[in-house]
Amino acid sequence: MSSPKMELVNGNEAIARGAIAAGCKFYFGYPITPQNEIPEYLSKHLPEVGGTFIQAESEIASVNMLLGAGATGARAMTSSSSPGISLKQEGISYLAGSEIPGVIVNMSRSGPGLGGISPSQGDYFQATRGGGHGDYRTLVLAPFSVQENYDLTALAFDLADKYRNPVVILADALLGQMKEPIILRPVTPQSFDKSWALTGAKGRPPQFLKSLYLNEGDLTRHNWKLFQKYQQMKAEIRFETDLTDDARMVVVAFGSVARIIKTSIRMAREEGMQVGLFRPITLFPYPEEALFRLSQKVDHFFVVELNTGQMVEDVKLSVDKGARVDFYGRPPGSIPTPDDLLEEIRKVY
Amino acid sequence: MKQVFKRPATLKDVPFHFCPGCHHGLIHRLVAEAIDAYDLREKTICAASVGCSVFMYDYFAVDVCESPHGRAAAVATGIKRALPDRFVFTYQGDGDLAALGIAEGIHAAHRGEKFTIIFVNNAVYGMTGGQMAPTTLLGQTTTTSPFGREPQREGYPFRMAELMALAAGTAFSARVAVNNPKNLMQAKKVLKRAFEAQLNGEGFSFVEFLSSCPTNWKMSPEQANRRVGEEMARQFPLGIYKDISSEGGRPER
Repeated sequence: MSSPKMELVNGNEAIARGAIAAGCKFYFGYPITPQNEIPEYLSKHLPEVGGTFIQAESEIASVNMLLGAGATGARAMTSSSSPGISLKQEGISYLAGSEIPGVIVNMSRSGPGLGGISPSQGDYFQATRGGGHGDYRTLVLAPFSVQENYDLTALAFDLADKYRNPVVILADALLGQMKEPIILRPVTPQSFDKSWALTGAKGRPPQFLKSLYLNEGDLTRHNWKLFQKYQQMKAEIRFETDLTDDARMVVVAFGSVARIIKTSIRMAREEGMQVGLFRPITLFPYPEEALFRLSQKVDHFFVVELNTGQMVEDVKLSVDKGARVDFYGRPPGSIPTPDDLLEEIRKVY
Repeated sequence: MKQVFKRPATLKDVPFHFCPGCHHGLIHRLVAEAIDAYDLREKTICAASVGCSVFMYDYFAVDVCESPHGRAAAVATGIKRALPDRFVFTYQGDGDLAALGIAEGIHAAHRGEKFTIIFVNNAVYGMTGGQMAPTTLLGQTTTTSPFGREPQREGYPFRMAELMALAAGTAFSARVAVNNPKNLMQAKKVLKRAFEAQLNGEGFSFVEFLSSCPTNWKMSPEQANRRVGEEMARQFPLGIYKDISSEGGRPER
């Protein structure tokens, strides 16, 4: 077989194409910058694969349409950006509570409130702590390139089905708007038992999907069951390490910042600083064990985020007690250059 | 001996939890009978709602998907688009549909989604203890309109059957009641027509049931039943507000 051809693709479009490749047949969304290329692409191309695109009246309606389609066992997706993702939290909580699979893309922008349309990692807490009401979690995947936008979106559908749980893709305006050459590898969607799906009670007893448990003990059991599932999700932990073998200091960053700081780390190496990178790809479950193991070899960590300090809490919870954890946070408004971040590395190294 | 009356196959053999005099039980039965009449039980999926009707899956022998409060029409959209050959309906109260879910309902109607909304209007929030609803009658006292609903203070009641009839995507919209045998028989016919509209792919269909809530109205079942036929039917006239199968689709009274 000839090697796959590379194609120059916009970050949002890569998400849409990853979804189609993974067998997504239903998309429900509402316009918001900076993710509009996702619904625009899917409105044109989902019908070509026999799928359905609906521009809904709101983000709330979109996520509930996702819930309805997901309840029938169909592969479905919604996407938005931060303010719209806030509106979807109710539905995400119900998806988690009713154990209905679904993929939710957050091409996040800056906040709080209307904030702005520049890249931000201010939604880290929202994504990794459930986001809506109740004690639940979503699987959270954080791409750092257009290639990963495609690959991780395709993966998200398998994971959603496997765990019967919502999966969040947490990227940002930078990853949505940039173009890169990528390989649009063919995807073979995994199939999972969907006997739980609502398809009409033909030849079987009627069934339902719900999150309401009023009988004594039922809700406790349900919550423990969900908790067990979140523990099992640790099998999906993904992360990247770069130049950590001889590192005296390890930078911890995810998404677009990890991408930028990779260059800064190369520059620091040229200056003789032994710096490495630890990049979580699953933000939930967090690669805490890998980070702990690393902290037994390296005792200095430098967390860099496009916010004023969110993932740094997970790093502190993960690393060995003796390790030093420095932090550089950049509130939204401007994107740091590799030189900016090199300067920050110099300050703490 | 010939059996002339039995429980519809679509209703499970369990007692309802509804209060004495509440109309939910009758409406459940009519919906179940209509599902049986078209032999739809095995191809039906219900998007349930939040309120007194939250336990649909306890009573209906069909597949049921719980929806967040107000969002049943969006959930039903997702279900019906994924499985267009199934029969899909929502069953929503006035708080669920006319307050929180007004956008989802109206937009489903305008998109001409091919499912049916069963709307139960008892002019009050039942499950939470009798607060004012969007359909609370003018002058009606509730726990949050203690002086009686006064337009200058609490605004006017929503007329959902009329509102839904305005949507171009709506094939059928009507308001019925089950407070006496005559109205009940009419409701039965109307419900079947609404189901036909979906089955024929004509568009969105909507049936509003006026319902009593003796507990929260602080009335006896008999008084409450009378209120439905008199005060309520005056402010919410019964009738077919749209039927695209009849000529011109003009409202009938």
